[in-house]
Amino acid sequence: MNIRVDAVSFRYPSGVLALRDVTLHIAQGESVAIIGENGAGKTTLAKHLNGLLKPERGSVHIGDWDTREHTVAQLARRVGYAFQNPDDQLFEDNVWEEVAFGPRNLGQSEAEVQAHVTAALEQVGLEGMAQLHPYDLPASQRKFVALAAVLAMRTPIVILDEPTTGQDARGLARLAAIVEALKAEGRTVITISHDIDFCAEHFERVVVMAGGMILADGPTSAVLAQSEVLARADVEPPQLSRLALALGLPGAPRTVEAFVAALAERAMSTVNRDTRMTFDV
Amino acid sequence: MIHIENLTYTYPRAPRPALDHISLDIPQGQFCAVIGANGAGKTTLCYALTGFIPNFYRGKLEGRVQVAGRDVLTTPLSELAGEIGLVFDNPFNQITGARFSVREEVAFGLENLGVPREEMLARVEEVLARTGLAELAERSPFTLSGGQQQRLAIASVLVMRPQVLVLDEPTSQLDPVGTKEVFSVLRDLAATRETTIVLTEHKLEWVAVFADRVIALAEGRIVADGPPHQVLAAPDLERYGIGQTRYTQAARHAQARGLAAPDKPLPVTLEQAVAFFTSLMSVAEGDVMR
Repeated sequence: MNIRVDAVSFRYPSGVLALRDVTLHIAQGESVAIIGENGAGKTTLAKHLNGLLKPERGSVHIGDWDTREHTVAQLARRVGYAFQNPDDQLFEDNVWEEVAFGPRNLGQSEAEVQAHVTAALEQVGLEGMAQLHPYDLPASQRKFVALAAVLAMRTPIVILDEPTTGQDARGLARLAAIVEALKAEGRTVITISHDIDFCAEHFERVVVMAGGMILADGPTSAVLAQSEVLARADVEPPQLSRLALALGLPGAPRTVEAFVAALAERAMSTVNRDTRMTFDV
Repeated sequence: MIHIENLTYTYPRAPRPALDHISLDIPQGQFCAVIGANGAGKTTLCYALTGFIPNFYRGKLEGRVQVAGRDVLTTPLSELAGEIGLVFDNPFNQITGARFSVREEVAFGLENLGVPREEMLARVEEVLARTGLAELAERSPFTLSGGQQQRLAIASVLVMRPQVLVLDEPTSQLDPVGTKEVFSVLRDLAATRETTIVLTEHKLEWVAVFADRVIALAEGRIVADGPPHQVLAAPDLERYGIGQTRYTQAARHAQARGLAAPDKPLPVTLEQAVAFFTSLMSVAEGDVMR
């Protein structure tokens, strides 16, 4: 299910022009990180994708649906949205009911609901906590409840708004695994995130926004290598990009493995194959 | 400045202690970062240092906590407030909502103590300048960005001239720009060596650059304690759910592939990483010349 945002402008009632003539096409199965400073228009754009906001000018299509002709409830079949603050979306008395709410509303059978809720809770690591009240969980786990509620709806498109906020190393690893699993299933994953290292490692395409406009859009390593564009958007490049730049290595390696491979290649090109610094690449 | 002896604390009805036999000494002026997985006891330690435990939270407490020569566990909170300041993760929890400008908000604590007007004005202006808020002094606290609000929360604590400043994940709700603003205030504060700073934080790159000392907590116990380059690079902290910077990860990966000597100290900052990998490349070039 393709996403087509065409020449969209949007102004909030306060008068702030949050999107200026934004065009963005995302094909089914892509993983896209939207980055940029607060106020850049990232969340405004994302809220156009699930119909919470409708374009003032231009159009947004989710598959063959024009978002202006469909309600948020209808669009929820196609686009799942995990909010930055889980407390904006949690309201049931226990974790199970919370996660089951979406699938039931979509008209899934009780057997499907059962299966999807069980799988989603397992995926976020809350399988033993189905009967707890969401607010008895710490904030970092409430975020996973909210995410499970989105996963259980099995939408072709999933939007993750600042998923890494408040997560520790284990939470980050779990999130990474969820994103990779969604990608492997061919679902479209879109994140809005300030965690640039996370975006670099797990998203194949990066869109840089500033002042309601798209400054850059392309494959992750190509975009993250454009340090002057990132500087204009007030985004600090990932740790590995900064390190590669400081060492004069080409491009922006996305993972620790890619960085070390680039380093090894550089060493190979300068070292005689017979010296002790020769190694298996 | 801070002396903790065999502190064990269990929240009401909790199955196991949140802090388990913690002993710790922090000298005056030290910038000490506390890291650990969620649920490791970081926030509880902040509460114990500032008297929130046992004054607000009951539960079972053993051991001693002394800050600036006072016993935190027996001194009333109102007396501690002048010595120890606590900044929460979310500035919304800190800002009173009862004042209409940044300047008045910063003055609030001093008003409550009945500090004379002239002195109050002088102290407020000084703190506004130190936290970069002078130009925002007339603004409503609620029109500020997240980073500005957190600096306001820090300013309203600093104006009390505490000897110890405790910050519990002060940047967790902030974007990179806001995070940078907060750390720049902390860096200037640490440089004076007057205020002892205890900071809990997940953003390890900032900890690596700014902290004098890093304490790692896991399940209520101290599992590592030392300078950043030692603690943040310690390989065994992974099993406690504590991550590492990409610099450390990359260096470890290089070691695993035999590109770097296995005993070469691991980098935790960009600067150290550049030195680490430059030396690898120059060894390579040296070999060619030989």
